[in-house]
Amino acid sequence: MRTPDFAATRRDLVMGATLTTAAVATPRRPGARAAAADTPATGPGAPVMKIAFTVNGAARTLDVDTRTTLLDALREHLDLTGSKKGCDHGQCGACTVLVGGRRINACLTLAVMHQGDEITTVEGLGTPDRLHAMQAAFIKHDGYQCGYCTPGQICSSVAVLEEIRAGIPSHVSAELEARPQVTPAEIRERMSGNICRCGAYSNIVDAITEVAERPA
Amino acid sequence: MKFDTPATTNPIDRMTLVGQPLDRIDGRLKTTGKAAYAYEHQDAVRRHAYGYVLGAAIAKGRITAMDLAAARAAPGVLAVVTAANAGPLDKGEMNTAPLLGGPQVDHYHQAIALVVAESFEQARDAALAIRVDYARAEGAYDLAAARDTAEKVKQSASATGDFERAFAAAPVTLEATYTTPDQSHAMMEPHASIAAWDGDALVVWTSNQMIAWGAGELAKTLRMPREKVRLISPFIGGGFGGKLFLRADALLAALGARAAGRPVKVALQRPLVANNTTHRPATIQRIRLGAGQDGRITAIGHESWSGDQKGGQPETAVDQTRLLYAGANRLTQLRLAVLDLPEGNAMRAPGEAPGLMALEIAMDEMAEKLGLDPVEFRILNDTQVDPNDPKRPFSQRQLVECLRLGAERFGWRQRNPRPGQARDGRWLTGLGVAAAFRNNLVMKSGARIRLNSRGGITVETDMTDIGTGSYTIIAQTAAEMMGVGMDQVTVRLGDSSFPASAGSGGQWGANSATAGVYAACVKLREAVAQALGFNSADAVFEGGEIRAGNRRVALGQAAGAAELVVEDSIEFGDLDKRYQQSTFGAHFVEVAVDSATGEARIRRMLAVCAAGRILNPKTARSQVIGAMTMGVGGALMEELAVDRRHGFFVNHDLAGYEVPVHADIPHQEVIFLDETDPVSSPMKAKGVGELGLCGVAAAIANAVHNATGVRLRDYPITLDKYLDRLPELA
Repeated sequence: MRTPDFAATRRDLVMGATLTTAAVATPRRPGARAAAADTPATGPGAPVMKIAFTVNGAARTLDVDTRTTLLDALREHLDLTGSKKGCDHGQCGACTVLVGGRRINACLTLAVMHQGDEITTVEGLGTPDRLHAMQAAFIKHDGYQCGYCTPGQICSSVAVLEEIRAGIPSHVSAELEARPQVTPAEIRERMSGNICRCGAYSNIVDAITEVAERPA
Repeated sequence: MKFDTPATTNPIDRMTLVGQPLDRIDGRLKTTGKAAYAYEHQDAVRRHAYGYVLGAAIAKGRITAMDLAAARAAPGVLAVVTAANAGPLDKGEMNTAPLLGGPQVDHYHQAIALVVAESFEQARDAALAIRVDYARAEGAYDLAAARDTAEKVKQSASATGDFERAFAAAPVTLEATYTTPDQSHAMMEPHASIAAWDGDALVVWTSNQMIAWGAGELAKTLRMPREKVRLISPFIGGGFGGKLFLRADALLAALGARAAGRPVKVALQRPLVANNTTHRPATIQRIRLGAGQDGRITAIGHESWSGDQKGGQPETAVDQTRLLYAGANRLTQLRLAVLDLPEGNAMRAPGEAPGLMALEIAMDEMAEKLGLDPVEFRILNDTQVDPNDPKRPFSQRQLVECLRLGAERFGWRQRNPRPGQARDGRWLTGLGVAAAFRNNLVMKSGARIRLNSRGGITVETDMTDIGTGSYTIIAQTAAEMMGVGMDQVTVRLGDSSFPASAGSGGQWGANSATAGVYAACVKLREAVAQALGFNSADAVFEGGEIRAGNRRVALGQAAGAAELVVEDSIEFGDLDKRYQQSTFGAHFVEVAVDSATGEARIRRMLAVCAAGRILNPKTARSQVIGAMTMGVGGALMEELAVDRRHGFFVNHDLAGYEVPVHADIPHQEVIFLDETDPVSSPMKAKGVGELGLCGVAAAIANAVHNATGVRLRDYPITLDKYLDRLPELA
């Protein structure tokens, strides 16, 4: 629904974002690939900004519409379609990626908010020929069916184990001061932002548990 | 290949690969983000544009004016498609309401416009600038209110013996009414398509369970020759019946691409999915059971009311009641009311899933009335023949074995038959059981197989893998038949340029599609034997070779420099009429209900299934645990909330329509009984993906009753329905 002050709101957003860019402009790293002024998914007349961030270890610069989510920047501009769009509203978790090692819903954040950030998607965890341990465990335990939530589940799983190692408590942790343990209850609680409609939960918990128990 | 006599021994019986719990062959792609779903084939098209769908804001009525000027003038906009400018469109045979509405509106969020722009953001922004004026009409949105207007339908109707008299005469009777709500498939990938025209030919990358249906329906809707339409759907992010049919994304992408002169991508925005697409219709079910004091059922009656758009179909919730239990006097009847809610249609185990939600509570209630254990009551009323036609046997029926083994493994004896007695701290605990039943359907299915000079096998069929494991079991089938390793087999699916298959629906896919591959492999074996001078009857295919006596030749030699290509299909005779083919199971559940708050938690779940040969126990188990998870949703949370004034499903996204999450699901156990069914196909397999859902919700409802003493007959079982009836706090 359009509101009378919509235009003003958008202008404010563009201005704010421009200032952000100016403040944190980062030097191009070796291997960076400058995108064309108009990437295919950004049309003429759009409020466009240049951003630079690191995706899966490679520096990337993009001219993006300020309305473009991080998810659409990855999927539509960088052709990293591993991160999925299930709801575009932060309800399903299929778009989960790691930003600075922490998991976020890439659909709930704008690309222009990630100037200088280090982003890891499922493609950055491993490849078909060199699987991440979590990817291999999902295959072994059949922790998926249709596969659409899977990249989000895997990114979340990797982050969950890090959160537990870092001592971050959850809703089911018995004590806030004690170190949380890797238990099925902890895993289920922390993974509950990632919906799997095919219902592979029981197998996903087995996969995560196996990776957690493996010596580092 | 015609399959009209029960299978005898064949190469599948070797079970060196078929029947083994192999990892999915597409697992490396899916876990690394390299499996390309419908919206992700951007490498296949050049300069694609983006479509954004506008849904109708009323449930019924007419569009009186549509102002597109602002949208057309918005930055980046290439085209705005509406019914007024789309050109003449037909309607698919399987669509009840048109996929592009206007000026008439048939249901809420029916698509009425597609905005095509250079970017997704521009298309979205412009779509919001379309101004639509409506003349809203009165509609019927309340099944309970429309119940008396519902008309009898012939489908699933049956009358055996004299039900009314037997019910009246029965010493022990139960009569109760149960309700199930509208449910949404809520698959993780929204309906999505990319359409590209090449002259008058159309290619659509889409997400569809039934490729041949979809291609035919799209051609019909666009009034173009079927052979000019190609559908490609290699990976499908869940369907559950919601992607059986052509939907608005594919049609609008095609129309948008034509209007813009460029390929166009369209994904239904998540908030549109519940109202724009199909759903499982709500039911009101009346069940009457009569039995002797000995516990034998003498009268079994099941009637169900559901609603749909005019010209739509009933939810066949009485189907299982025709066949599941013995009893000389039987009555089943469906009634259908006209409602103006979105289109009802198939969702996983249509008919049986909601039907068993009711029937299997009724069986629990009746067992209690008779003072019988619910497992024993079901066993007592088993039948090995079609109760309506005793000359017609079940091809296989191991319901009793499922119940007995499940009871033993689950510790059923620990169940206190008196409800509300078992406690674990603040939790009231209870056990519940339900029978699982789903008919086994068979469908004609074709495949093409290529053998190359290196002995590599490529299977091509338009079969789909919606998470079911089709890629893997088809590879297992071809490898087993041809005597090669899994690494020698490539499987290509979901392309309408491949032979038409059974597709994914009605749990017929695994058995029918692999049987089609079997048929093509039999033909390839003949061709190989002939090419290399073997008699196929005594040739053995093993280790990448064909062998007879002392002579052995590598398979690839039959291909020569080119490929050896064969194509065949499996066609089923009347074995499904001479025998009743069904799948059976038993679900056992332990629940804990918070004695103060009423919060219900699932503690343990076990399914025992008898469903023919299990082609891959790993992927089949996943089908069953996934179905059990959906059953938890049906029992405890899933309900499309109907706005009965304005006629739409209110909770139309993944936050409002609650489905189970990790924290809702315990470790799940599945046992498959050792079974082969030579009547079903040369694979001797049957379906299992829907069986796993059937009965789960009732087992949970029965467990909640056992825990609390509260009998609930209206799904979902949410605590507002029983909090005031919990036992007094100690």
